[in-house]
Amino acid sequence: MTRLRLLPILLICLLAPVIRAQVQEEEVPSDDPVIEQRLANLSKELRCLQCQNQTLADSPAGLAADLRREIRLQMKAGKSDQEIIAFLTQRYGDFILYRPRVTFTTYLLWFGPFVLLLGGLYVLFRYIKQRRDLIPEKPLSAAEHRRAEELLASLPGKETT
Amino acid sequence: MLRYLIPLVLFIVLAVFLAIGLTRDPHELKSVLINKPAPTFRVQQLKAADKMISNEDMRGKVWLLNVWASWCVACRDEHPFLIEYAKTGVVPIYGLNYKDRREDALAWLDEFGDPYTASAVDLDGRVGIDYGVYGAPETYVIDQAGMIRLKHVGPITPDVWSQKILPVVQELNRQGTAK
Repeated sequence: MTRLRLLPILLICLLAPVIRAQVQEEEVPSDDPVIEQRLANLSKELRCLQCQNQTLADSPAGLAADLRREIRLQMKAGKSDQEIIAFLTQRYGDFILYRPRVTFTTYLLWFGPFVLLLGGLYVLFRYIKQRRDLIPEKPLSAAEHRRAEELLASLPGKETT
Repeated sequence: MLRYLIPLVLFIVLAVFLAIGLTRDPHELKSVLINKPAPTFRVQQLKAADKMISNEDMRGKVWLLNVWASWCVACRDEHPFLIEYAKTGVVPIYGLNYKDRREDALAWLDEFGDPYTASAVDLDGRVGIDYGVYGAPETYVIDQAGMIRLKHVGPITPDVWSQKILPVVQELNRQGTAK
């Protein structure tokens, strides 16, 4: 049993020499603190395409490091954040933006929840109104009134008028 | 009757949407470069390091640009197919050797065969950024005028080849000869 459990580990060890590494240039932070700050802010708004659920700021993926390097270079060359975002979306599409743009195709995404909220309020309103209408307005007869008074008066320790 | 039908209909609509969502591969992103000019590159060739290769060299013909690397495990899956398809001569396949060490890449081609007419070296991934590469292997179909017509992300399988890539290549070749 234990031998079987060791098998995958053994396989990994055997396969390890076959796995070749990706060439990755070491990431060199810019010596300009302004650029690093801008990069930190901008990369929080950008998606790492490789891991998809991480921002470019958080991702350890090789592509994310390449893109950060590219952003640093462009900032150094004097490009504005808008220009850099345009550069990236021209290549990777709007998917690279964590905050989806308000376009025709994203209307449902942006405004759908509010439509649902309004719809829910409408249904709730109708439901309450319907229930209120269900309760009949039926005044008590004189006999019922007297009986109710008696019942109330019979309650122990309670003063009734 | 209606009040029981509405939730049922809503449920079915939701279920259908979710079912469609399940069949879609979230890693397959639509490329924004379709029907746009292929980004320009001019880099070293893999096998002849003293020679350069540019996308402009392929102008006038339909060609494939296949992004590959020796570290890319999925590239190994598609490789035998690429060799087979390269032999048919339907379309030349050019490689973009992505973020790979030259000696690793050359050893890999020696070991598994070389389907590429030539491979361009993209050591730092800069060409990859221009092409919107986010995971090798990726394959682009580029037409006579240098426009990207199709992008496939992931390994090429016989199905992908016969249903997705080949029809586009053949249609482009037909249009090219008709002109």
